[in-house]
Amino acid sequence: MTEQDDIEQLIRQMADDLRARLEAARVRDALMVGIHTGGLWVAERLHALLGLEQPLGELDISFYRDDFSRIGMNPQVRPSRLPVSVDERHIVLVDDILHTGRTIRAAMNELFDYGRPAAITLAVLGERSGRELPIQADVVGRHFDLGEHEHVKLSGPEPLRLSILEAP
Amino acid sequence: MNITIQHGRLIDPANGIDSHTDLHIADGVIAGVGKVPDGFSADSHINAEGQVVCPGLIDLRARLREPGGESRATIATETAAAASAGITTLVCPPDPSQPIDTPALVDLIRHRAKQSGHARVLPLGALTQGLAGQQLAEMATLKQAGCVVVSNGLQAVESTQVMRRAMEYASSQGLTIFLHAEDPWLAAGGCAHEGVVSVRLGLVGIPEAAETIAVARELQLIEQTGVRAHFCHLSSARAVRMIARAQYDGLPVSADVAVHQLYLTDMDIGYFDTQCHVRPPLRSQRDREGLREGLKQGTVAAVCSDHQPLGPDAKLAPFPASEPGISGLETLLPLTLRLADEGLLSLPEAIASITQRPAGILGLLDHGEGGTLATGARADVCVFDPEPYWELRADELQSAGHNSPFLGWELKGRVSCTLLAGELTYHTCD
Amino acid sequence: MRRHSLQHDSEGRLHHLLTIEGLKRQQIIDILDTAESFVSVGDRQVRKVPLLRGKTVVNLFFEASTRTLTTFELAAKRLSADVLKININTSATVKGESLLDMLHNLEAMQCDMFVVRHADSGAAHLIARHVAPHVSVINAGDGSHAHPTQALLDMFTIRRRKGEFAPLTVAIVGDIKHSRVARSLIHALTTLGVSELRVVAPKTLIPAAVESLGVHVFHDLDEGLRGADVVIMLRLQKERMQGAMLPSEAEYFATYGLTEEKLALAKPDAIVMHPGPINRGVEIASSVADGPQSVILEQVSNGIAVRMAVMSMALGRAPAEGEGA
Repeated sequence: MTEQDDIEQLIRQMADDLRARLEAARVRDALMVGIHTGGLWVAERLHALLGLEQPLGELDISFYRDDFSRIGMNPQVRPSRLPVSVDERHIVLVDDILHTGRTIRAAMNELFDYGRPAAITLAVLGERSGRELPIQADVVGRHFDLGEHEHVKLSGPEPLRLSILEAP
Repeated sequence: MNITIQHGRLIDPANGIDSHTDLHIADGVIAGVGKVPDGFSADSHINAEGQVVCPGLIDLRARLREPGGESRATIATETAAAASAGITTLVCPPDPSQPIDTPALVDLIRHRAKQSGHARVLPLGALTQGLAGQQLAEMATLKQAGCVVVSNGLQAVESTQVMRRAMEYASSQGLTIFLHAEDPWLAAGGCAHEGVVSVRLGLVGIPEAAETIAVARELQLIEQTGVRAHFCHLSSARAVRMIARAQYDGLPVSADVAVHQLYLTDMDIGYFDTQCHVRPPLRSQRDREGLREGLKQGTVAAVCSDHQPLGPDAKLAPFPASEPGISGLETLLPLTLRLADEGLLSLPEAIASITQRPAGILGLLDHGEGGTLATGARADVCVFDPEPYWELRADELQSAGHNSPFLGWELKGRVSCTLLAGELTYHTCD
Repeated sequence: MRRHSLQHDSEGRLHHLLTIEGLKRQQIIDILDTAESFVSVGDRQVRKVPLLRGKTVVNLFFEASTRTLTTFELAAKRLSADVLKININTSATVKGESLLDMLHNLEAMQCDMFVVRHADSGAAHLIARHVAPHVSVINAGDGSHAHPTQALLDMFTIRRRKGEFAPLTVAIVGDIKHSRVARSLIHALTTLGVSELRVVAPKTLIPAAVESLGVHVFHDLDEGLRGADVVIMLRLQKERMQGAMLPSEAEYFATYGLTEEKLALAKPDAIVMHPGPINRGVEIASSVADGPQSVILEQVSNGIAVRMAVMSMALGRAPAEGEGA
């Protein structure tokens, strides 16, 4: 269990880290994109802390999931919204927890269907072991050491709360 | 060959008999009922204990597809199916592929039936040549060849003038005329009763008026020409009332109903069940009740199967493109018996509607050629067990046509033996 | 196993889409919601999502159609499905075993969905009854019976413009008798619960017992339009002049054609719809079809998103009991 204050603190650290990175790479005009739903909550906070010029983008990766034929269509899909063109732009992709890497794969596929970004930086609030794809985050709030049957879940949006659950 | 059918419940509506008694048959004719006639000695006995013994069934309309449609069914397959269903006489209407407008066709059908030996087939002679509704068929010649009735089948006689003359001529020859009452223009292109179901499913409807307008026209002409006429397979309550009125007025008219019309309505089409595509169409529940009431009151005298054996392709099509018809021989008896179970008719009345009354319409009764177990009559007999329940299954149908909306229904009453002129044509008993 | 309707699987999910009749209100809403999320796909550089990658959709058209066929094809392609188009000679009646043989051949080629258009009512039901359990059938119009995706895209268009269905008065004007669109619209609008649903036409174009579907019948266009929020015009087929359904196109336009003057009887913010193709000057004046209240082109573009929604929902089901994968 991670407390609310800790999470806001983690996000502030992530923002500092990100700012440093973007400055080092001389990136101006970055587009931040949050992945529905938890990633978007984290992105909203990062976006405010960094004071980015471009509005926040959002992605719903339901149409890109590779397990579609097993789990079927979710009618509560929200449309993805990217306020500006992604072409030749630096994208900061934000998610809550990085686990297998499949969500990020789907999100990147979708981003490329909108255009050709100059670069993508990945920022996640938490990461854990269990990667199934060669994907790593550039900015990580916290690392979780979890047992095989444990899961970490972000609830929100107010307050944000991370819980570790025993998977059935 | 002398046979005694023992211990059965003998129901012979033509002679007002309903009692447990024996039936004696000698050389193909009824030798007597009850006590053994003088000089009679049975060569064999049929034990009908717990069973009903009645005249062989007479089906007023059954298509046999021969000649012309042998790929679907033959006289041999269909008469065998008839025998297994207790039917001893089948009336075969003309249709465009076998218009029965020449003595040769009449002979062919009768000959094939005789060859197969399972049931007697009475071909209905054509009313107009080729059923085209223009020139009169050679009705006197057809009568000589053995037709007792003439009909234009399902083909309309559009011209009122031609219909009038056909009736006048048939009447002059002493022929009864069978009528399919349907206004060809109102029915054109239709495949279902015009009403709540046709509007929902987007099917072209056949309005009730298609039947009543035709009935009205024919009744006027019948009154004028004095022809003895019979209306086939009525479908609407209003037509039944019109015929009741005409009978009350003394017109020589009778009517029958196809047994499926007494059970099904347009609602049974559900989502395009092509097994419920029939002609005339299944109508509303009110019509079904009207037909039942007409049968109870006697306005509608007879019940028939309106048998139409079809190949598997015929129903495997979108509803409007599928062929109308039900393979009905094997459901005629159990569905008619069910009318008695449901209390609409008494058991003898139900049996009369498929024996005595159709025999009367065909003029067979007075000659002892069917529908009666009077002494001296031809020994056409059906013995059935009224009790057992059985499920109608396609693979158990004897008819070559497996098209029936009653598949899967639980039916009651099963034939155990059928005799045609004293010969067993079907038996499961000893 | 619980008995379920032909178009639902044993878990109540959409397996085939054959008719609007029998769909629950929430099921229609779900389709419209899903369609909403597909709208933006059309605005992107790559107008494609990989949802149905590896699936094969067969457009089985027994009756000529350009627009419906095109939008189904586009919808399938935007979902990344492989699309096969089979135009069956409409003059030769394909029925019985030969029709089923063809279906089974297509199944053997691992097809996953048949989009069917046929001139006979009930054709889609027939095909759905005989396909392998894993195959989905979408009715793209059968005879005068149903055209469910057209009705859904119209519901989508109405919802985007009007929000709620409950307060609406909707008038459907024209050849109700022969229109599969009208039947599907009536089922959709009554299921979604509009305040009043009217059909407007001379008696020759109104089917018997149409009131049983829950509509009010008007024979006078002025009365039928008065106070309407949505006016849906139906295409008038030229054949109707034969068979004594109507005296002439000119008289039809004069009595039932939608002109600016007539449209003024509806609410000021009423929208005008038409399933297309339009007969200008027969059922609708050009000035109305191209006017500010017309949403006819919007209907066309919404058609793609709605068809994407239906296809992805029917094919994106975890296999239910009794279905092979």
